[in-house]
Amino acid sequence: MSNELRVPTMAELFAEGKQPEVLFWVGCAGSFDDRAKKITKAFVKILNKANVNFAVLGTEESCTGDPAKRAGNEFLFQMQAVTNIEVMNAYEVKKIVTACPHCFNTIKNEYPELGGNYEVVHHTQFLKSLLEEGRITMEGGQFKGKRITFHDPCYLGRANGVYEAPRELIRKLDAELVEMKNCKKKGLCCGAGGAQMFKESEKGTKDVNIERTEQALEIKPEIIAAACPFCNTMMTDGVKNKEKEEDVAVMDIAELIAKAEDL
Amino acid sequence: MEYLPNITFLLILVAGIGYFARNVKRLYRNIKLGKDVNVSDNKSQRWKNMARIALGQTKMVVRPISGFLHIIVYVGFIIINIEVLEIIIDGILGTHRVFASLGVVYDFLIGSFEILALLVIVSVVIFWIRRNIISIKRFINPEMKGWPKKDGNIILYIEFVLMLLFLTMNGADYQLQNIDALHYVKAGSFPVSQFIAPLFSEMSEDSLIILERTAWWLHIVGILLFLNYLYYSKHLHIVLAFPNTYYGKINPKGQLDNLASVTTEVKMMMDPNADPFAASTGENTGEPDKFGASDVTDLNWVQLLNAYTCTECGRCTSECPANQTGKLLSPRKIMMDTRDRLEEVGKNINKNNGELIADGKQLLGDYITTEELWACTSCNACTEACPVSIDPLSIITDMRRYLVMEESAAPSDLNNMMGNIENNGAPWPFNQMDRLNWKNES
Ligand code: SF4
Ligand code: SF4
Repeated sequence: MSNELRVPTMAELFAEGKQPEVLFWVGCAGSFDDRAKKITKAFVKILNKANVNFAVLGTEESCTGDPAKRAGNEFLFQMQAVTNIEVMNAYEVKKIVTACPHCFNTIKNEYPELGGNYEVVHHTQFLKSLLEEGRITMEGGQFKGKRITFHDPCYLGRANGVYEAPRELIRKLDAELVEMKNCKKKGLCCGAGGAQMFKESEKGTKDVNIERTEQALEIKPEIIAAACPFCNTMMTDGVKNKEKEEDVAVMDIAELIAKAEDL
Repeated sequence: MEYLPNITFLLILVAGIGYFARNVKRLYRNIKLGKDVNVSDNKSQRWKNMARIALGQTKMVVRPISGFLHIIVYVGFIIINIEVLEIIIDGILGTHRVFASLGVVYDFLIGSFEILALLVIVSVVIFWIRRNIISIKRFINPEMKGWPKKDGNIILYIEFVLMLLFLTMNGADYQLQNIDALHYVKAGSFPVSQFIAPLFSEMSEDSLIILERTAWWLHIVGILLFLNYLYYSKHLHIVLAFPNTYYGKINPKGQLDNLASVTTEVKMMMDPNADPFAASTGENTGEPDKFGASDVTDLNWVQLLNAYTCTECGRCTSECPANQTGKLLSPRKIMMDTRDRLEEVGKNINKNNGELIADGKQLLGDYITTEELWACTSCNACTEACPVSIDPLSIITDMRRYLVMEESAAPSDLNNMMGNIENNGAPWPFNQMDRLNWKNES
């Protein structure tokens, strides 16, 4: 197994006069958060193995502006958006894949009006199409028969109607997909959205991530699958709070696949 | 004297409809206090949404019990109101059961009205039990104290009484038909009220006629009163659900609007060749736009229509993660507050001859607190749950925009986050130049 990740930047490819087939938008969490960086790397390993011709923006990437917009700072959001769009348009970006549903939603839905028109897919959708095109093959092996539940990220599910891609991938692992009582359209938020990730929560009787973790633990999964770096953090904290980290793992779909492939 | 009943009827009818028309005008004016918004796009999608969600009640049946009962009351009520057409014609012309000549069709119609009326009564009773005895949680949240709770019950009482009057009227009529009373043509079938009729078997023809007439008059007067009650009640949704689902959001739920006024300024700041004075010579030479919303007049008219349409069902609140975990935020309360404040502004305008005199109050602070606004995770559970396409999240977002861009009043944690984005391009204090470091870390 080679540890060397191949992560070309847009600038490097551009210098060679090349265009990647897809831009991997890493996002702030994927770039800086220790837990989320593991997801980023797992996804890159899969991309490398499938020989996907991709690139990242690297130091030219900047926050999409999602948390600023949801906090109410439209100025800051649009400054970020316009800056990012300028960079991406200069590289003539056509297609973007990201492992963060917040980046996914913002670039897909809110950038077009500001001049950024791209085909944007979430990494679970991208992985599913790699599978369908036969560019990756998946063998359940390690996960055969394991109870896995999927926590729908609000910004992937309700916000954009993507419910099936992540579930299909889990089924492909030969795992037993078990659903929480609140799933898909009725999925409960992890508590991180709308810039909540970055602030203390208001006074209440419970934290949202604890409530959601309890719903997950109710159905006794071995793995809680996530598809968003923020959900991942929230659910991981929830599982720790319940002192269940020995029995229940919180893993991104990309990590599940990378692990199944022994990457 | 012969025409006294006809004239009385006409007067009541005109008064009832006239007062209703006055309220409709006020309603329209109040909604138009909102900012203009372009919703002329995607007409066919919008019609489809209206047909599916308002007419077809597809969102109601997500909760099967209340959804099913609601459909009975809704269908029952609309269909039975065809009967009102006959009542009005009879009332004006002084006829009795003017459609009786339809024969079998008439029998079928009256028969189905009766069965529906019975089903409505049963459903209304179950609704009442759910609200008052089982006390389902979403009906006892704090914002339901006082008038909203009473309103919910009043509607049920009115529907109950109207249906009962309808059946009593038919029962007495049936009995009169049986004793061959003059004017009482043998028409209609009475699958339900034939069981009420025996209660009246001891009554004389005169008292039967009095009973039948009384029920008839109370029924139509009741309907007119109910019509005029709508404006003051959450029951307004029976009308507004239609335009509201038409104008409801059709973009992906996750998409928030981009403020156009901000776009102009940002584009100018980013463009080195831009004329720095261009903004002040632009089309709006007046006051610069206020960013976000602190009062109802800062919201757009669809948001205000949303507020009047809210059925106060609380489906949004019961799905809200903030509310479920004991936070103050309740999306239903956001909508109820918006309507209450809009009504207050409307009354102010009525009192002051069409002009709004500042009353020192606003939606933000006097109705909705910042604590509520900051508890929202923008998860869209509320917009998904709403059976009539209301978007509480858009109001929350607009009010946050006001707090942040006009008042710089974000919680300090959020100010830090935004400062980081501004300086380093990430919500945490990491350097943008380190963005690719993960590649070489093991
Ligand atoms: S979007 Fe906000 S108000 Fe609506 S359900 Fe989610 S947290 Fe509650
Ligand atoms: S906003 Fe919609 S879901 Fe919430 S109470 Fe009103 S009608 Fe019900």
